[in-house]
Amino acid sequence: MLQEQFSTGNSQIHRLDPRFKVVVATVYAFVVALSNRFPALIAALIFSFALVGLCRLDFLEVAKRIALVNGFIIFLWLVVPLTFAGQPLFYLGPFGVSSEGVLVSARITLKSNAILLAFIALIASSTVATLGSALSRLRIPEKIIYLLLLNYRYIFVMEEEYRRLLRSASIRGFRPTSNLHTYKTYAYLIGMLFVRASDRAERVYKAMLCRGFAGRFYSLHEFSFSRLDLIWLVVMTIAIIGLEILEWVKIA
Amino acid sequence: MGENSVIIQLENIVFSYAGSKPVLDDLCFTLEEGTKLGLIGQNGSGKTTMLHIIMGLLKPSSGTIRAFGKPIETKKDFLEVRRKIGFLFQDADDQLFCPTVLEDIAFGPLNLGKSPTEARKMVMETLERLNLKGFEERVTHKLSGGEKKLVALATVLVMEPKALLLDEPTTGLDEDTNIRIITLLNQLDISYVIVSHEYDFLAQTTREIYGIHDGRISYHGDSNTLHSHYHKHAAARTPHHHRALHADVEGACC
Repeated sequence: MLQEQFSTGNSQIHRLDPRFKVVVATVYAFVVALSNRFPALIAALIFSFALVGLCRLDFLEVAKRIALVNGFIIFLWLVVPLTFAGQPLFYLGPFGVSSEGVLVSARITLKSNAILLAFIALIASSTVATLGSALSRLRIPEKIIYLLLLNYRYIFVMEEEYRRLLRSASIRGFRPTSNLHTYKTYAYLIGMLFVRASDRAERVYKAMLCRGFAGRFYSLHEFSFSRLDLIWLVVMTIAIIGLEILEWVKIA
Repeated sequence: MGENSVIIQLENIVFSYAGSKPVLDDLCFTLEEGTKLGLIGQNGSGKTTMLHIIMGLLKPSSGTIRAFGKPIETKKDFLEVRRKIGFLFQDADDQLFCPTVLEDIAFGPLNLGKSPTEARKMVMETLERLNLKGFEERVTHKLSGGEKKLVALATVLVMEPKALLLDEPTTGLDEDTNIRIITLLNQLDISYVIVSHEYDFLAQTTREIYGIHDGRISYHGDSNTLHSHYHKHAAARTPHHHRALHADVEGACC
């Protein structure tokens, strides 16, 4: 279950204006994603680590999230060096491991970890509800925001319904194997889930109509840009400029 | 009673879902100001359908709806009805769609044009009124079933409705929440209609009990005479009457 466990805390980063955090995290993510040189990428990773450190989050939980992403990256390391065109670094049996492939994989690893850590620090330190309001203040289209918020609200309800269906199948002796009966059963389960989701959506919409919903959402949150935000604006600007210098200026 | 004191009036309502025989067949129903009314009927008898028609969520194929003395026909008329009549859905998960309790309860007042500050104040007052102080920052999907129901009731009451429609308010709730809801309802000074299949619950929260059968509504009686004592046994949850008082009413048992 989504616990939003990083959103509780009282560090400086937690207290920043969420609108500012959303903007700065986005800019930072672009800068890191578009960098290519190792000094810049390594510096970004260190800086992101520092941000997470300043959030004073549970280290084990952060490690779990990172491990999840790096699980995918392992596959990248298994495939890209063997298939990327370029100078072979060494041979693994009949396969040549290209040095370009290794460099590309290393870049992707550094970039994704740096961006993920920065998002944990800057974005996961607010609740989904707060982020929704922040996005609406940033003039992101309301439909997108409510897609996010309603997803967050109903994903558990749908999960619960899925479990209920699965339970009812298993108490009637359903054991998944790899045969047509299993595939058919899963197809029915998923089909039923869609039917229920659309019924649910209709009921939620009706309930909203009954409370005077007329197509527009209003937000309760009022944000203020404080002195702390100003300080952090300076910190983040310097960090981003620093990364750009490392990326573009050749150090002898 | 004069025209003004009638809150809702349904006349000769016919409604059927696509491809089946009418659920409501020439149904007539009146809710007057100051009445607390129970409506009992079996599954599929059209109880919920009737409430949805009052709120304009379903459109009858014929018949007229009047609210507060005026005929209700257009979409705009129904917007007005929804401002004045609160509707508690059977499944609280349908009603609570915002991430936090505060935002969910504030949704109605904000739609009515209140400022964020006013809305926040109304939420706090409603929470206090329902003994839910401290719930404002709770995440709606993490509440227990009973808490969800009470918060759902808060989302409706915060809009200061002139009348309430409650669809099976006690389904799947524990005894404690049940008692809390009964106490709350008895303290309310607005009219309401409760749809339920639990006779005991209706007897404790309403004065007049009607039955819905074959698409029509019939008067069952005053809840005091129908039911003067409280049952613990399961049979009380099915419609029944006490022979000595109402031998002539259908479904007599015990």
